[in-house]
Amino acid sequence: MAKLDTITLSVLQAALQQVCDEMDLTFSRAAFSPVIAEANDRSDGIYSALDGSLIAQGSQGLPVFVGVMQYSTKTVIEMIADGRCLPPEPGDIYIVNDPYLGGTHLMDVRFAMPVYRGGKIFCWLSNTGHWPDIGGSVPGGFSASATAVEQEGLRLPPVKLFKKGVLDTEIYAIICSNIRVADQRIGDIRAQAAALLIGQDRLNGILDRYGDETVVEAIAELRRRAAEQMRANIAAIPDGTYRSKAFVDSDGVVNEPLTIALAVEKQGDTLTFDFAGSSKPCAGPMNSVLATTLSSVYLAMRHIFPDVPISAGAFEPLIVKRPEGTFLDAKYPRPVSGCAAEVSQRIAEAVFAAMVQALPDKVTAAPAGSSGNFALGGNDPVRGRDYVMYQISGGGYGGNAGHDGLTNGCSTIGISKSPPVEIMEQAFPVLYRHYALREGSGGAGKQRGGFGLAYEVEILRGDARASFVMDHGRFGPQGALGGKDGAPNTVTVFRGGEAHVPPHLSKEQDIALKAGDRVRVGTPGGGGYGDPLQREADLVLRDVALGYYTSKEASDKFGVTLAADGLTVDRVATEKRRAGQNLSNSFTP
Amino acid sequence: MKENFSALPGNVVAGIDVGGTFTDLLLIDGKDGGRVHIAKTPTTVDNQAFGVVSALGATGFPIDGIDLIVHGTTTTTNAVLERRLAKTGMITTRGFRDVIELGRRTRPQPYGMTGTFVPVIPRNLRLEVSERVEASGAVRVPLDEAEMRTAVSQLIEAGCESLVIHFLHSYANPGHERRAAEIAAELWPNGFITTGHALLSEAREFERGVTASVNASVQPILERYVERLRKELGTKGYARDFLIMNGNGGMISARFVTRESAKTVMSGPASGVIAAAYTGKRAGFENLVTYDMGGTSTDVALIRNAEPAVSNEIEIEYAMPIHVPMVAVHTVGAGGGSIARVDAAGLIQIGPESAGANPGPICYGRGGSEPTITDANLVLGRLAPKKLLAVENPVTVERVTGIFEDRIGKATALSGVEAAGAVLRLGNMKMAGAIRMVSVSRGHDPRDFALFAFGGAGPLHATALARELGLPKVLVPARPGITNALGCVVADLRHDFVNTVNQPVSGLDESQLHGILERHRNEGEELIGKEAVKPETIRVTHSADMQFVGQTHIINVSLPSSSVTREMLQLLFEKAYFARFKVELPEIRANLVNLNTSVTGVRPAIDLSRLIDPAGRVKTLDEARREIRPVWYAGAWHDTPVYAREKLPLDAVIEGPAILEQMDATTVLEPGDRARSDADGNIIIDIGEA
Repeated sequence: MAKLDTITLSVLQAALQQVCDEMDLTFSRAAFSPVIAEANDRSDGIYSALDGSLIAQGSQGLPVFVGVMQYSTKTVIEMIADGRCLPPEPGDIYIVNDPYLGGTHLMDVRFAMPVYRGGKIFCWLSNTGHWPDIGGSVPGGFSASATAVEQEGLRLPPVKLFKKGVLDTEIYAIICSNIRVADQRIGDIRAQAAALLIGQDRLNGILDRYGDETVVEAIAELRRRAAEQMRANIAAIPDGTYRSKAFVDSDGVVNEPLTIALAVEKQGDTLTFDFAGSSKPCAGPMNSVLATTLSSVYLAMRHIFPDVPISAGAFEPLIVKRPEGTFLDAKYPRPVSGCAAEVSQRIAEAVFAAMVQALPDKVTAAPAGSSGNFALGGNDPVRGRDYVMYQISGGGYGGNAGHDGLTNGCSTIGISKSPPVEIMEQAFPVLYRHYALREGSGGAGKQRGGFGLAYEVEILRGDARASFVMDHGRFGPQGALGGKDGAPNTVTVFRGGEAHVPPHLSKEQDIALKAGDRVRVGTPGGGGYGDPLQREADLVLRDVALGYYTSKEASDKFGVTLAADGLTVDRVATEKRRAGQNLSNSFTP
Repeated sequence: MKENFSALPGNVVAGIDVGGTFTDLLLIDGKDGGRVHIAKTPTTVDNQAFGVVSALGATGFPIDGIDLIVHGTTTTTNAVLERRLAKTGMITTRGFRDVIELGRRTRPQPYGMTGTFVPVIPRNLRLEVSERVEASGAVRVPLDEAEMRTAVSQLIEAGCESLVIHFLHSYANPGHERRAAEIAAELWPNGFITTGHALLSEAREFERGVTASVNASVQPILERYVERLRKELGTKGYARDFLIMNGNGGMISARFVTRESAKTVMSGPASGVIAAAYTGKRAGFENLVTYDMGGTSTDVALIRNAEPAVSNEIEIEYAMPIHVPMVAVHTVGAGGGSIARVDAAGLIQIGPESAGANPGPICYGRGGSEPTITDANLVLGRLAPKKLLAVENPVTVERVTGIFEDRIGKATALSGVEAAGAVLRLGNMKMAGAIRMVSVSRGHDPRDFALFAFGGAGPLHATALARELGLPKVLVPARPGITNALGCVVADLRHDFVNTVNQPVSGLDESQLHGILERHRNEGEELIGKEAVKPETIRVTHSADMQFVGQTHIINVSLPSSSVTREMLQLLFEKAYFARFKVELPEIRANLVNLNTSVTGVRPAIDLSRLIDPAGRVKTLDEARREIRPVWYAGAWHDTPVYAREKLPLDAVIEGPAILEQMDATTVLEPGDRARSDADGNIIIDIGEA
């Protein structure tokens, strides 16, 4: 065969990407669950027939799924090979959500479909969607106090949900009998399958046009070049070992912080990630499975180098030592519901904190890095029915070489929007007393962190139970290169006039509430970047004018003294103050 | 207003579109058998009115002889994108002043933890008052009128010119917003007061708040502009009312346009789509993908059954939603100025960087040094090398080819020409992908559509894109470069209405639905009745936004009449859903989300047959031929005849390869393509197999 020319290669790169983008679009638009339809908590991709390695993935897919699906697809292929799974036939679609078989948590349900060409499997199309419920002890699956995976919900090994294109109603019935709000699952299942079928059509079009052999050759070459591109990026980093730490508040059961210790060694054109020294597997659901740990490293690196296309090649120069014996490599039956939403973001934070030392112009100080899950389940006596409400929320992003951090940004691992207050109040018997920028929360720095969110929800009627799976309650998102930490997450529950702070700060389950009780949350601000004393005094003045900081904070955190009218900078006092250099980073909520 | 008048076929109508670089004018003289006058003058950025008046002057047509001027302006678009806004204050529900700054917890791109965002109204000008309405519409905390007065005074003192009143759940109960507006009106020195529910009576406080804020902060700017233009036109002898194009593709009197200024923010792209629908319908093409390629971006829209798709959910830039009905124009961030480069993996990439208008592509001779898509067209013979002579500091084709060899060819083992060919092919491929995502991938069969190519660069790429997308035909209008101005000339008067129902179809009260649709019709007819321009007929169309119970995304289905039944809704929805997703869900109920109505005052038909002057046409194809030059297609040079488009005989059939040149655009026919002309001077191309 003729050597593949650059033009065809570039064209096929874009074409394969478009197949995935179209699968993403179809899945979201046809889905029922708002988590998929609105929050885009889903991803679609093309995987190698040989070993499941990633060929291409949708650009609008949930970042944390960036590396995960290749492990679950690989597992399906291996289990077929050794007879643990029925062999595939055209039109079959496997379903799997087992976290220990290359997954995340149980709510992320994966479909995998072989694509046949000339009677042989050419590649696999897979997608993942976050189902709103998968059974288990709490609605939604985020139990803060589970101690075994069985408490977290229904676990599915790879089984054929569609056989030769037809839904297996028996398996479907088993699933529906084990999950909540089952009546709408058929819609999501059809949407998830429709995305794969549309991807198959589009892919066949490409194969017919360019020829199977050319595409195979292009895939191999694209993988090689993605690796090359990542290597070129890495080669520019100074040799050395960059260390960092990040902390999970607690596992939800034992009230002790969990440590992620990371050493990134740069040598030549590879980066080796070593998590030795991280905490042991934990009792509560803050364990991470290996696939999620790897994926968290990959997604963090993609945040740093967004120009490298997502493919298995891009991951080749990123060597992650298997963190055996730590909570980042959990084995059955450790509970794992917190791995995708929270632990993954702490891993990414550790990567940012290490890499910002090596690449100060490309990497930001730590972002809020929490999905901010607050679930409220109760009964609405007026409507005479039970409800489950989820509030996800954003926080401040880290300052960076170019700019201050963004305010109320999405979680590091997600791209989902938070729901409007008006929609929440329509759907649930609650009233928001405020939903506001959390003043003072951005970490001080030459470029300060973005601001978190402050909200307070009141129960209007009926009894309810509140659960939280958040993080960064103990320590705020870390500042970088002299910048200060952002404000930590806060949760306060007002019950019958008494203020209750969860002992685990950011995690608690089933807090009983009555009408009139209130939940107040402050989400983390982003870490500051660079020495706050070097922040332009006029920018500090502007931040005070906009009410982001008080004039006392301007003085305490940035060493900037404002004139008595608060409208101008007292340059003389500021210079003197900044020369004295005694700043506090106390945050007063 | 001096008089009422009507835009009869015998009248003189001028459409004027102000674009980023040029102000285009198209005047059709009904008194002289539809004779056409065209002018293109530089846009005067600071006061677009001067450019408008000078365009009018350039035609030589007496301004006082014009019966109707219809105007598309980018005054508000530029104001928003460049944040040159009127100082605006907001008064909002206590506890919620940050809604427009917090947004919906997003970042500008999926990967990369950086980004910036500046809210339309700064935080210190957003004040809170005590008041609270619940989701049901029940008042929980009454409006504190004393606080309201204090807040209004404070904003006046701060120098605000415009005011937004944005309260939670005002769509359910607008009482507080209305009362607050009354109070504000007593103190506010002008009429620039926008209430949140008035423009958009739907839930979602961020989107409604931003829409209202954009409206208020461009109101004074639009008002001043309209007044300046009225004065300028008045001095030149035009004393009548003039019309302004709205983003929904309909016109509205300049007297009323400022009340809902936000609707003009997307008016420029809308007018092009309106012209496409009108031209396509006359030519017998009712399903079109429109494609307007400019220097830095390309606008794409879908037309079905001669009706442009309308959306209520346009986001004009990151975290800047404007949720009023507007022609659904999707902007793709690639255009003629998109820069090509070789990335670290040795692959050619196009954009997202663009050379923009300044310095622009290398061949503009303004100091551009990065190879762009436009430069590739030049190297490959698609654009006439002669054109280079017209620029300030001419660059030779050899020089441009050399740059392609240097920047692209060396790393990829390609010659300069091959590199340019690769850049063009890849550019087309990416553009086609982006077009597919917003058009045919939404459940439409590409074989039912034709590509309507306009803008300066549209026709240059049209056949390649149609081939890539599987569209069998391309339609290039007579005057691709002034399509927006044509949209102004042919646009109708139009008002759109949306009512949220949000109930399962099975439980709907049919008489309530009929009532809503009738109310829409009456309001629309009343508004059109107030216009000075009298339409020929009034057309009313209804549609429904639907979903399965439990879904959040919606599908729009057109309704045959206002007498809808539950069965009809169910059936129409199931059909549309299957067409889009190939999924049937008999076990799940359908939900009616919104009822929509458009009331259109249809203006008399305008004859387009003289857009290209018939007197200039020659008898044979040979006479229209300018030259034969080599052009690069699919890896080889082909001797290609170049024709003067204005001279083509009406019955000519042209086989590709061929190039058709005209003042404002170049159309490329690739080998295998076949083109013919129609009575309006459109070129209709059948895409060959190739």
